[in-house]
Amino acid sequence: MSGMHRDRVRKGRRLSFQRAAQLACAALFNGYAAGFAKGRIFTGPTKMVCVPVLNCYSCPGALGACPIGALQTALGARHHVPFYVLGTLTLFGTALGRAVCGLMCPFGLVQDLLHKIPVPKWTVPRWLDRPARYVKYGVLALLAVGLPALLGLGGGVGDPVFCKYLCPAGTLEGGIPLLLADPALRRAAGLLFGWKTLALLAILALSAAVHRPFCKYLCPLGAFYALFNRFSFYQLRLDQSKCVRCGQCERACPMGVEVTKNIRSSECIRCGKCRAVCPAGAITSGFGDRGEARAEASGRGS
Amino acid sequence: MKRSNAARLLSAALGLALLAAGLARREHLEVLQKAVRVCLECIGIG
Repeated sequence: MSGMHRDRVRKGRRLSFQRAAQLACAALFNGYAAGFAKGRIFTGPTKMVCVPVLNCYSCPGALGACPIGALQTALGARHHVPFYVLGTLTLFGTALGRAVCGLMCPFGLVQDLLHKIPVPKWTVPRWLDRPARYVKYGVLALLAVGLPALLGLGGGVGDPVFCKYLCPAGTLEGGIPLLLADPALRRAAGLLFGWKTLALLAILALSAAVHRPFCKYLCPLGAFYALFNRFSFYQLRLDQSKCVRCGQCERACPMGVEVTKNIRSSECIRCGKCRAVCPAGAITSGFGDRGEARAEASGRGS
Repeated sequence: MKRSNAARLLSAALGLALLAAGLARREHLEVLQKAVRVCLECIGIG
C-alpha cells in the first residue's frame, strides 16, 4: 500500500467529532448492557433523570427516562403541568439547542448510518419540504401534549399518544429487543405492534434516501429544541469577512439550511458538516458570545 | 447580541425555576415510577 493511500485510508476511518459524540451518548444513555441479555429494563434511581434525547425508557439498556414519554405521562395520567420535565428540556434547549439532535440522539445516529447505504438519494422538492417541516410542531402540540392532556381529563388515564402510535425509537429500542426476549410479550403483540413496526420500517427505509426524515418532519423533541436554536449558548457562527461564497457549506448541510443566510436556523442540528467542508475556516462553533462578537466585528469590517 | 444574551439568560432562569418547582413537587419520583416499568404503549403492545 502506498503511503498516500495508507494516509487516505487512515483519514477515512477516523471518527468525526459528531460520530464520536453520537456513539458516546448512545452508549451512555443505554449503558445497562445486561438488560439486553436478560430482556429486562433497568430499574435503578438514575431513571428519575430525563435524558435530553428521544431514548425509550423501555429500552433494556436505558439508564434514564425519555422526556417525551415523561411529558405525556405527567399530562395524561397525573393531570398536572410537568414542571420537572419542562425545566429539564428548557435547560437542555437553552444550553445546546438542536445540537442535542445532531450530536447526542441515538435515533439520529441510526438515521445517519442508514443514509450511508449506497442507494439513490432523494432531495425532497422545496414545495413539499418547506411545509412538511412544520409537521413536527403539530406532532409536538397534538400527539405529545394536546391529546394526552385531553384524554386524561375527567380522571381517566390518558394515553401517551405519540409513544403509542408513532414513536419509532420506542419500537426499535424497546419493542423489538423486549419482544425478542420475552415470549409472553410476543403473544400479546397485535395490530398496534404491526402498525408501529410498519411506521418504523418506513422511516428507516426513507432514511437511506432522505437525510434524517424523522428529525426533519416528525420529531416532537426536535420541534421543542428548535425553539431555542436562535439564542442557545452553543452556536455555530459564520465570519462573513472570511466567507468566499463557494456554497460548499450549503451543499454539505444534511438539513438543507441556508448556512450563509441563516446559520441560526431552527432546522440546524449543529452537526458541524458545514464547518468541516468550509475551505476558508469561516465557520466556528462554541459556547457563549465571545465568538459572536468576533464574527460580528469582522462582518462589519468587511 | 445583547438580545440573544438576554434571551438565553432568561431562558436558563426559567428552566431552573421550572426544574426547582418540579423537584419541590417531587415530580422526579413520578418520572422514576413510570420509567422503571415496561411502558406497554411505548413498545407497541398497547
